[in-house]
Amino acid sequence: MIVIEGTDGVGRSTHIALLRTWLESRGHAVLDTGMTRSILAGRGIKEAKKGHTLGRLTMQLFYATDFIDRLENEMLPALRAGFVVLTDRYIYSAMARAELRGIDTAWIRSIYSMALVPDAVFYLRPSSPQLLVERVLSSGRGFDYWESGMDLHLGEDFYDSFIEYQKRMLKVFDRMSTEYGFHVLNASRTVRSVASDLRRAVTKLIDEPATPTEDNVSQLQVVRDKPTPAKSTVKTLDLNKEAS
Amino acid sequence: MISYGQHQFPGKLFVVEGTDGSGKSTQLALLYQWLKAEGYPVFFSEWNSSPLVKDTTKRAKKRHLFTPATFSLLHATDFADRTERDIVPPLKAGAIVLADRYIYTAYARDVARGCDRAWVREVYSFAVKPTVAFFFRAPLDVAVDRIVSGRPNLKYYEAGMDLGWSDEPEESFTIFQGKILEEYDRMVSEFGLTVIDATRSIERQQREMRLLISQHLKKRRGKTH
Repeated sequence: MIVIEGTDGVGRSTHIALLRTWLESRGHAVLDTGMTRSILAGRGIKEAKKGHTLGRLTMQLFYATDFIDRLENEMLPALRAGFVVLTDRYIYSAMARAELRGIDTAWIRSIYSMALVPDAVFYLRPSSPQLLVERVLSSGRGFDYWESGMDLHLGEDFYDSFIEYQKRMLKVFDRMSTEYGFHVLNASRTVRSVASDLRRAVTKLIDEPATPTEDNVSQLQVVRDKPTPAKSTVKTLDLNKEAS
Repeated sequence: MISYGQHQFPGKLFVVEGTDGSGKSTQLALLYQWLKAEGYPVFFSEWNSSPLVKDTTKRAKKRHLFTPATFSLLHATDFADRTERDIVPPLKAGAIVLADRYIYTAYARDVARGCDRAWVREVYSFAVKPTVAFFFRAPLDVAVDRIVSGRPNLKYYEAGMDLGWSDEPEESFTIFQGKILEEYDRMVSEFGLTVIDATRSIERQQREMRLLISQHLKKRRGKTH
């Protein structure tokens, strides 16, 4: 299970697409997944975001529903079948968003306590929010209400709000990076050099079979034995440790 | 985030709980009429009614997309929207909020479905503690009989068919309702639920509710009787 994390416009989807093709060319089956892509809640979340009336708590729980649906119905079955799971964002983005909205971190952690600990988290770190602005604008999509944190009323317009929101986001990610042991990659470089770093790290991960995967296998076992992950995995993850 | 029991609002929140067929919705409708007639600002909020979540729930039920964990989380999402939209703002405004089903419904159903008791309580810990939570208690056979005789087709999740206890909807429903009732009974002391005997006459239950509720209400100014 490989996670690509990072804020908006940092190039996550580009790198996932490159990594997927590369892994498949080397003979590995890949499942790629990401936020709001669940069959259960994906559409509903997109609809709910359109109206800009999505409250803070409602938003966190809707995303958690989306995540658990993908965990139970996509990620776990794929891992059991021997796939490499590539995920575009994971619980860390969800927890960071919650934190920026003043949500109790202990609460959000316990909601996500049934998540699996990934084998690696690659954090694509931009040097500054300005770099993200360039990417967002050149993508042609322009500023998004939620990605600019407009619900937090941080600035006079989309630009001010985006910069402030992403600045805060970077701060949270930097802290999590030590807390959860992210592999930090400088995302301000060219696509090619970031991609080659990613490949090197992923090769190492796949070629060295032992280490953290052992834990994950035993967790998978627990989940499989009981149909109710809410019960079985709650106490097994380091996510559950008190925030310090 | 303010946790259960910590909120301080000028309004009052009264909720009704109980198994299907316990008559709680009938009682709440009567209560609503009475409070309106007395001149109180009353706001009614129902389980599974969030405009943002309703369609997702409906589709998932129809296509059998839920696991116990996602069933729990999507209902929590719906409840969060109700809390943020329909419950907290009216309470802040000093209104009376009446809720048909509340967090205890989730605690009963989700735990009956196999979710961890502590986990489900944590998920809903943002909920406002009700001024009074009424639990309409009907013996299992009475409740099951009311539903089964009134509705020939039990719905998939309503009957707990997702849990694989029985292929027979009525049997599955009875097992499921039995577990739910056990959870409710356990919550009476845990959350201080006010038990109403749902086998007595509608009028008598309503009188009891009104008596209990009036202790929490200020007299309306200028109201003549």
